[in-house]
Amino acid sequence: MSKLFSIKEDRSLYPEKNVEGKIDVDLSSHKYLKMWHGPQHPGITGNMSLEITLLGDEVMDCETHVGYLHRGFEKLMERRKYIQCFPLVCRVAVPEPDFNEYCFAAAMEELAGIEVPETAQWLRTLVLEMGRLSSYLMWIGGQSGAFGQGIVGQWSNYMRDSILDRFEELTGGRIYHMYIIPGGVRGLLPDGFKDRMEENLKFIESMMKDIDRVMFNNAVFKKRSVGMGIIEKEWVTKFGITGPNARSTGIPMDVRKDYPYLMYPKLDFEPVTAQYSDIYNRADVRRRDLLMSVDLIRQIMAKMPEKGEIRAETPNVLHWKVPAGQTYKRAECTRGEYGYFMVSDGSEYPRRINVRGPSYTHAVALLEKMIINCNLSDIAGLMVSLHTYPPEIER
Amino acid sequence: MKELIDRLKTSYTVEDYIQQRSDLAHITVSKETAVDFISHLQRVEGYKHLVILTAVDWIEDGKFQLTYLLNNPEMKNDINVKVFIERENATMESIHHLWEQARTYQRELKEMFGIDFPGSPGVDKPFILEGWHDLPPYRRDFDTKKYSEETYFPRPGREKNDPATYMKQKLYPNE
Amino acid sequence: MGKEELEKRIVLSPDGEPIEIDPINDYFCQDLPEVEKKSSIAILEKFQNWARSRSLWVLGFGTGCGAIEMRPLMTPKFDAYRYGIQWRPTPRQSDVFVISGYLSVKTLKRVIRSYEQMQGPKYVIALGSCTINGGMYWDSYNTINRLDHYIPVDVYIAGCMPRPEALLAGFEQLKKIIREGRGEGANLYAENFEWYKANQKKIIKDWDMPDYNW
Repeated sequence: MSKLFSIKEDRSLYPEKNVEGKIDVDLSSHKYLKMWHGPQHPGITGNMSLEITLLGDEVMDCETHVGYLHRGFEKLMERRKYIQCFPLVCRVAVPEPDFNEYCFAAAMEELAGIEVPETAQWLRTLVLEMGRLSSYLMWIGGQSGAFGQGIVGQWSNYMRDSILDRFEELTGGRIYHMYIIPGGVRGLLPDGFKDRMEENLKFIESMMKDIDRVMFNNAVFKKRSVGMGIIEKEWVTKFGITGPNARSTGIPMDVRKDYPYLMYPKLDFEPVTAQYSDIYNRADVRRRDLLMSVDLIRQIMAKMPEKGEIRAETPNVLHWKVPAGQTYKRAECTRGEYGYFMVSDGSEYPRRINVRGPSYTHAVALLEKMIINCNLSDIAGLMVSLHTYPPEIER
Repeated sequence: MKELIDRLKTSYTVEDYIQQRSDLAHITVSKETAVDFISHLQRVEGYKHLVILTAVDWIEDGKFQLTYLLNNPEMKNDINVKVFIERENATMESIHHLWEQARTYQRELKEMFGIDFPGSPGVDKPFILEGWHDLPPYRRDFDTKKYSEETYFPRPGREKNDPATYMKQKLYPNE
Repeated sequence: MGKEELEKRIVLSPDGEPIEIDPINDYFCQDLPEVEKKSSIAILEKFQNWARSRSLWVLGFGTGCGAIEMRPLMTPKFDAYRYGIQWRPTPRQSDVFVISGYLSVKTLKRVIRSYEQMQGPKYVIALGSCTINGGMYWDSYNTINRLDHYIPVDVYIAGCMPRPEALLAGFEQLKKIIREGRGEGANLYAENFEWYKANQKKIIKDWDMPDYNW
């Protein structure tokens, strides 16, 4: 990576690295500048901050600071009954709350031994894919905005709004849906939903062609993103990288394919991969994943049954004692593998819930490594290209 | 997975083994052999991916359960390595040399549970909380409601019903 | 903010001269906020208020999950720009602070700094139920319950999450308040400075910044 960022001029004045691979920063030598990038900064993804040490405009050292959004979910859930946790879990990750609901419900169902009816599983799959689509549409605006193309963000947010309208129609909420409940889902598709959804998908497809022209074929975007911020293949297991970040290195790891859940085995798709992982390829993987999501929604709507049972028999949720046990349930979200580790001690309250957010590994250990020797003006683009999202780090 | 467990049992003392589902097994090992066992799984058996590292507070038994969830990307299954450590002066060997992200998990555990990992880089630095002087918040004996009411000026007039009794009165009065 | 950076120390200037610095006293101004008097000419004051209400510049600091509805608000579907509302990246240029949701103690510290750096007259819109009484995080050990104990609030928008339409209505309400000359948050803060500071210091345990930083 350092090869790509190297400057041809004399670098003998640049500091030597010590045995740990870091440089010894002596601030009083007036060579370095320590500055905070965030939390109040437009070029930061969400509410987090980076403490960076600069030499000129090159990053020498970086430390990620998180915890600005810590609400103590895992503690609060221990005080609430299982059904009362549902309003909480969706708030862990805001752009796509459905993965939280699904993982929590699936872990509960596994411990309690409940089979979810098929129609409900189709509806869950549909909601998860819609969440993926809306999250990618939000990301694409951030990625282009970080490289100075505000217009793409305007378009993509309009497209995202059309998906949020469908969410509102189906679940009643724009951002937080609480649609997936233990044992099934809350309702069937409204009349005419499929037609309106198809209209939205067509619109998104046509707009994505414009975004291709404006963003992916744009010389400025290419120049700033090709060869920049490379993830090596060996890092994938070493840093625990998942999702599009790992797929762009050429490894076809996708939870939807590897650990089939819901109705994904009945859908026809292949994990999107790229040759090597720089910002451009990661963006391209996400773009193709977005289009695949459009295709998957079409497949789901074509294959799903119109009517049917949507809720399995569950005990009274107010007195539901989930049998003791421990389990881990995962799902593929836009940023990588999302998982819930649930421990039940046989009482009405969960003993411990642990959320595995994909940004946990991407935004701290990986980002701190990748950002070294990066240019100050490229930090925003690099962070967005990892698709970090702070609330799932600190919960 | 059965063969794997049998193979592991020959060289390590597996204290407890539960097959949760076909691709997830819980294995309990002792504190002393845990790091050795985990690095064996990583290097030899192909469990290359550390999914989560977290703790569960079993306050009744005076124990913390550490959970190392390892994933095998080729065989597509997971092993949950459970390690029970004493709750008093909880310390555990660090695994930051095996995975880069482990130091972040260990920093969080130190802050949220008070479990020390000597040698892990930056483990004593605050991670999420800032200026925290109370008990580590994820411990079971820390009462978050009491702390919140004492510290953060609750707005008067807010009714704080216990949802279970309230819902019972409203929805199921005859039950 | 690391502690060691704030300790008294001696640094060498580029010429090699030792300089003693005390960061808290030397880097920050020690003056406290003052109440800004209203203009003595009523019509001028009215004109100023009208002008202020017509250009609300929002500080781009997404403090909580409410920030997710700010993007739809600013993009074509709801397009708040047509009401004279726009983002600014720095506190110096902005006069509306939208507190988007719950505040953890760590964020509250940054919010106070950003709020104090904003130039008066400044207004605060508190978004979401969690700024009113803690919302669903009422029993959390890390989120504040009432925002108005730490900084003065002009408009509350209830809901979790409030829709963009609700935000637009909130901005309209704020404009009305400003036009009527009731947007006195900055003066309220200056008048009750000690009370606000005492509340802030009660929950921010490691206070390592000057009392008023601007």
